[in-house]
This record gives sequence, C-alpha cells and structure tokens, in this order.
Amino acid sequence: MPNATASKVYALTDTLPLDSGQELSGAEIAYETYGELAADKSNAVLICHALTGDQYVASTHPVTGKPGWWDRMVGPGKPIDTSRHFVICANVIGSCMGSTGPASSGADGQPYAMGFPVITIRDMVRGIIALLDGLGIERLHAVVGGSMGGMQALSLAANWPDRAERVLVIASTARHSAQNIAFHELGRQAIMADPAWAGGDYYGGDAKPDNGLAVARMAAHITYLSEEGLTEKFGRRLQDRDEKSFGFEADFQVESYLRYQGSGFTQRFDANSYLYITRAMDYFDLAEEHGGRLADAFIGTSARFCLISFDTDWLYPTAESRHIVHALNAAGAKVSFVELSANAGHDSFLLEHDQLDRVVQGFIE
Amino acid sequence: MSASQTLRPDLAVIADQIGAGTRLLDIGCGDGALMAELEQAKQVDARGMELDPAKVERCVARGLSVVQGDADRDLANYPNKAFDYAVMSLTLQTSQRPDMLLEEMLRVGTTVFVSFPNFAHWKTRTALMFGGRMPVTRALPISWYATENIHHVTIADFKQLAKEKGAEISRAWFFANERAISPLGANWRAEFAVFELSKRQD
Repeated sequence: MPNATASKVYALTDTLPLDSGQELSGAEIAYETYGELAADKSNAVLICHALTGDQYVASTHPVTGKPGWWDRMVGPGKPIDTSRHFVICANVIGSCMGSTGPASSGADGQPYAMGFPVITIRDMVRGIIALLDGLGIERLHAVVGGSMGGMQALSLAANWPDRAERVLVIASTARHSAQNIAFHELGRQAIMADPAWAGGDYYGGDAKPDNGLAVARMAAHITYLSEEGLTEKFGRRLQDRDEKSFGFEADFQVESYLRYQGSGFTQRFDANSYLYITRAMDYFDLAEEHGGRLADAFIGTSARFCLISFDTDWLYPTAESRHIVHALNAAGAKVSFVELSANAGHDSFLLEHDQLDRVVQGFIE
Repeated sequence: MSASQTLRPDLAVIADQIGAGTRLLDIGCGDGALMAELEQAKQVDARGMELDPAKVERCVARGLSVVQGDADRDLANYPNKAFDYAVMSLTLQTSQRPDMLLEEMLRVGTTVFVSFPNFAHWKTRTALMFGGRMPVTRALPISWYATENIHHVTIADFKQLAKEKGAEISRAWFFANERAISPLGANWRAEFAVFELSKRQD
C-alpha cells in the first residue's frame, strides 16, 4: 500500500484506572505525529478522532489505502499547519487500529473480546494524557476534535484544565441524547443478532459478524447525512437498471451506497470495538460528571474555546453546541461559536468547507 | 489618549471610555473592530455576540471570542454583572424588544454603552412631514420594508426608556456628519447618539 506506515506505539508505564472502577494493565496507544515538536514543546496540537476514525488523520490508511480522514485540514500550509505545529493523533483505547481494545490479548494471551472493561470518553482521554506525559508535553497549544473527538476535547478541558490552551469542538455534544443512544443501540443489537458474533468470541474463527457490523454502519451512516444531502446525491434514482426489479435487490442508488458503506466498513473495523466505543459515547454526560451542572465542568478554566456546528446536523444539532456555549459563558470562559451552513449533515466537518477552514485556522493560529 | 482613528465615531468615543484590563461584552459586535482595538490597546478581556455567521467567522479568524447568537434570547445565559461594560452600537433599534434587551444589558454589565440612530433628527422629521413617506437618509439608508431597524427610537424616547428601567444616564455624546456636536437641541440636530448608563443603586 502506498505510503502506509505502521504507527508508533506507546506502552503505558502504569496501569490505566478506568471510570468503571476496573483498570487496564499493559495498555498500548498507537499514534501518528506530523511536523516537528518545538524545543520548548509549545506547538503541540492534539487531534481526537471520531467513533470509527483512527490515528491516520493525514496519512494513508494502512488497510484501505485511502488518504487520511482529515487530510484536507491537516498538513503543511493547511488550516492546521504542520509546518508550524506538531500534530498528534492517537487511536483511542477500545478501538482496533493498534491501541489496546477488545481484539487485543489480555493477561492470559487470549483476546479480551467481551472481557474487555467497559470504557468511557474520559478513559480514552486518560489514555491520551498518559501518552502526552510520555512525550513530555505538558500543555497543548490546542486540542481539536469533531463528533466523538469533540467529546474528548471537552473531557480533556474539563478534567485536565491545565493541559490545553485552546479547545476546538466541532459538530459535537456534551451528552448523548435519548435519540443518540437509540441509534447506537440499534447498531449494537444488529451486531449481537449476527450468529457469527458468538458472544464476542469470534477472533481466530472462520467467520466475523460482518453482516451485523455492516447493518450497524448503515444505520449510523444515515445519521451522519442530511435528508437534503441524500436527496441531492441520490434522489429516487435507480442503480444500474432502468426499471424497478420487483424484488429486494439494491434497486435504488441510496441502497447500493449504504450496502457499499456497510461492507467497506467491515474490512477495517472490529465489531466488538464498535460495541465498546458506542457504549462509551452513550455514557458521555459531562454535566453528570460535574454534579449535574455543565458550567461547573469549566469553572476556572483559562483555555479559549471555539465551538462549530452545522445547520443540517441532526445527530448533534446546533442546540447541543449552544448548550455548551451557554455553560462556558456562565463559567466566564473565553468562547467563540458559529453555526455554519452546509448541506451534508453531521459529516460536513469532514468535507470541503471554506468557512470551516478559516475559522479553524484563525482559532488555532 | 484617543482610540484608533479608524473606528466609527460612536465606537471611538466608547473605546475612549473603557478602562484598561477590564471585561467587556460587545453585543452586535459586527466584524469585531471595537473588540480588536480594545484587546490590543488596553488589554481588555473582550467578548462578542453577533447574529450574522459570516461576521462571526471573520471575528474568530482574527482571534476574537465571539459567539453567534441573538441578543434578544442569548443574554439570559450570562451571570449578573459578568462584565464591567456591556456595549451595543447601532443594534438596539434592530431588536425585537429593545426594552427587555436594555434591561438584560444593565443586568450583565456594570456600565452600559448604547449607540443608535436618532429618528427625530431634523432630516428624518422633514422627510416624513413633507414627503409623507418613511425617511431614507444617510443615517437610515434602507427602505422601510427591508430595513433591520424595526424599532425606531429617538433621543427623547431612549431617555424615557432608561428612566423606566431605573437606569441613570451618566454621559451622552451626539454626532452629525460624523462629527461630535453639542448636546444643545440634540434631539433635532443629532444623527447618532451614544449614552453611558448604569442601573441606579437603590
């Protein structure tokens, strides 16, 4: 595969305490870096990835061979400029691209599978903080994240307030809503209903729960797009045929697209990781962690915040960002917020958007 | 010391009154000219609120802390006396409820600055009296059906509103032809007014 590199791996020196009360020993964090760390270590920008993202933010994905997921945003001369900043992106624990997750081997040499402890967003950040400690980075120039990455950025700002000067949160939320949890539960049930899931013990066997995982991805993918975007992209157009089949083939282009998205996803993602990470997102409620009042999560923070939402994002709609902005105002934090117009729904943060680029560039400096 | 010559006259006079190192909220901050000037010249901790996303984007791109929001609704989320100054320039007359907005400003800011175009300026009066149509002047350049100025206000009206809200006007400045003029007959002569006011201590 062209330019694909195996990530650097940081082995945590201590056991990682988890919100559940359990702990993870021998955890490893796979990460990528871009640019040069300044002598005074003041130019580090941490990018946190989304649910199915990974550390390959601006480098070729080793499995798919595709460009990095935010290649358009991160690089020399780009809005997050790697000729000035040292960019770090780490695979979250629980995932499957080199960091410790359910597919990793536990103490008995067997894959954890469902024996992996349930983790939270804060646990993911705790792992990343351990990595930053390992790299000797005391204070980030900025932490940046979209979607679940935004949750991590918020969690870092709230729980490790001295570790980041700037906090950029895009298309995200401070808590998962009932609707968010409902869609995730649908995905999890699809995986668990696949006989090949086998209670999570499918590693080393002949079959993986690809059908279930693909359905989970298809359902989730719909939530990442807008009705407007789907209509514009597919409408009611038929796929490779002139007439309806009066059967259950993928008659419509949108069906074909979703099937493609679903099956492609199974090539690069582990079903158990999908269960664990969606659970972590569902458990996320930053206010709950801070006595029920979101503003209290940010009392005394010296960081500057910037929140960006998209008008067609119905997964984490603008109201969720405003909710965070109001809490930051109440806490007296320096905060900027803008709702951008885009027709691609939640996924807009990953796509071409000149205004997004200018806001990101201006905020990161 | 005078604020930057590049600021609009009402903003320049407000900028001159702001103390160094204070906290300020600029409501309807536009492209952030006042905030940028004060952060740079007086190390003011300036925050902004602006309705137009394109203007918010420009503010954030120049490193200012600006929230896209509707002053009629979103001021409610700021604590009492969160700012030394609450500033609103040429925005009051675009509000759904200027009276409630003024009340909110007096709540979140210790000192409030408000500037607005004076609808009782003689040109506006004569245009209405002799033309019989809604005035289109230099200070109010847009037709009645398209203007954002949905609550026209005069200097006398504003003084009355301040009184009703229990606010004390400590200073006022008046402008015509982009120059400061004397307060004499200001409700006839001024195109724009700037008021400094605060909640009366009972």
